[in-house]
Amino acid sequence: MTDNALTIENVRKDRGRTTVLDDVSLTVNPGERVALLGHNGAGKSTLIKTILGLTPLTDGRIRVDGAHPGSSQARRSTAYLPEAVSFHPALTGREQLTLFARLDGQGADIPGLLDRVGLGDAMDRRIGAYSKGMRQRLGLAQVLLGQPKVALLDEPTSGLDPISRQDLYAIIDELAAQGTAVLIASHALTEVEARTDRIAILRKGVKVADDTLEALSAKAGLPTKLRIRATGAHADQIAETMGGTRINGASVEVLCTPDQKMARLRDVAAMGDAVADIEMTPPRLEDLYRHYAKEGMQ
Amino acid sequence: MTRFLSIAATEMLILRRNRWLLMATIVMVLFALALTFAGSAPTGTLGVDMLTISVTSMTTLSVYLAPLLALMISFDAIAGEAERGSLSLLLSYPAGRGEILLGKFAAHLAALGFAMTVGFGTAGAIAAWSGGAGPDSLIALARLIATSILLGAVFLGLGYLVSALSRSATAAAGLSAGLWLVFVVLYDLGLLGAVVMDGGGNFTRTIFPWLMVANPADAFRVWNIAASDGVALASGMAGAAQTLPAWAAPASLLIWPVLAFLLARAAFKRVEP
Repeated sequence: MTDNALTIENVRKDRGRTTVLDDVSLTVNPGERVALLGHNGAGKSTLIKTILGLTPLTDGRIRVDGAHPGSSQARRSTAYLPEAVSFHPALTGREQLTLFARLDGQGADIPGLLDRVGLGDAMDRRIGAYSKGMRQRLGLAQVLLGQPKVALLDEPTSGLDPISRQDLYAIIDELAAQGTAVLIASHALTEVEARTDRIAILRKGVKVADDTLEALSAKAGLPTKLRIRATGAHADQIAETMGGTRINGASVEVLCTPDQKMARLRDVAAMGDAVADIEMTPPRLEDLYRHYAKEGMQ
Repeated sequence: MTRFLSIAATEMLILRRNRWLLMATIVMVLFALALTFAGSAPTGTLGVDMLTISVTSMTTLSVYLAPLLALMISFDAIAGEAERGSLSLLLSYPAGRGEILLGKFAAHLAALGFAMTVGFGTAGAIAAWSGGAGPDSLIALARLIATSILLGAVFLGLGYLVSALSRSATAAAGLSAGLWLVFVVLYDLGLLGAVVMDGGGNFTRTIFPWLMVANPADAFRVWNIAASDGVALASGMAGAAQTLPAWAAPASLLIWPVLAFLLARAAFKRVEP
């Protein structure tokens, strides 16, 4: 018995002749935030549905808080936010959340929770009159019910404005701080970048990467970009010394691997007054994602 | 248990909120009243009280209306949730699928029961007040209400079945309409055609009555007509019912709701949201 909140071992899922998930293994520890990235159709939502026990596995093993997926213990310890969720338009936010709290079998401070997600003023209005973002917030409120051991969020940022996204990540941090294992399926890379502990990438049902952002960058060996701005007419001289490309009258762009980075910086420093400014761009998640999502596809 | 009750309470709230309950009750009252007064003419000639005539008219009405109202309420139950994306969320909670379906069923049946009781009750009370009623006709009215609710229960179950098998609420609505047409109209037409072809032969005497009560809508009709002499007299439809044992129609109408619910439960179990 492990103390992982969520363990996925060699999971395989066939739908007819196509293999939707192929030998996927993934663990999420209590308090850890893991991002699950992939194209549409890469198998993210299917993986989440197998964890919920909504779709039977073809092969492999999943344990949620030590229990079988879909068992009542597993369902009690899991919170789920479906992609673009909607609710019955005739109910109010408060009524819908009350139903979920009762189904969960635990008392909850319903107005407090709705306040927490910014629906305090709208809780007695009908869901039919809610905007897409408000419905998403209501979905988020039910994730917070009953201190879940595992939270599965499928595209949680879809339909949210930038400020709501900040709120969302604050809530995810809170969940993680109280010991919930959080799995976020997303393709909003830039936000996931700063807000998760680990990143797993699915490509056509196969897990192609699973590590911290730094380790993935190092493994991929993607170049860091140095943009050097020259003073006066020194641009040609810099381009010659550094071996980069001129991109306009006064700037030179140089690509270097992680292990060359410090050496190149020393070269720049040695040039003294010829350099006016330097800008350094490490590989972004987007580059990484492109690297891992394309690798081996040729 | 509390989960089942919360589902039922929420469903009831939805039926009240979207005015389904109000509309269904009004429809039932209006139709029952209209039929009671339109059908009040033959009272004198047949020598039965007005409530009996009213129950006979309302029996004919209920065969069409009870399945229709039940299907209208139930076709959306699973397909609608699946379409909104809330079904997967609901199923991620500890409530079992049987519990969810039973909760919806309880609320829907209660709403249907309310509309039936108020509708038939009002019309019956007015008929009794204006044209007299006896113990027999009061029992016939109570039987009409109870069997209408049973008939509604059958079609609630069939509606859930269709809803679980459909990919969308629109498809479920279409299938429900087809189901209604088959059970309430086409089945009888088919039987009628067979009887005419047979020309009073072996089929008409032995197999036909059983085929008739196998359909819950016909079992409902037979039960109401055969159990009351007055109603049978007023409807003039006693012939077929008399060749069957007395338990046949009640058995059919009691087995069907259970069967329909179990079929729906089995179909719901296989739904992957």
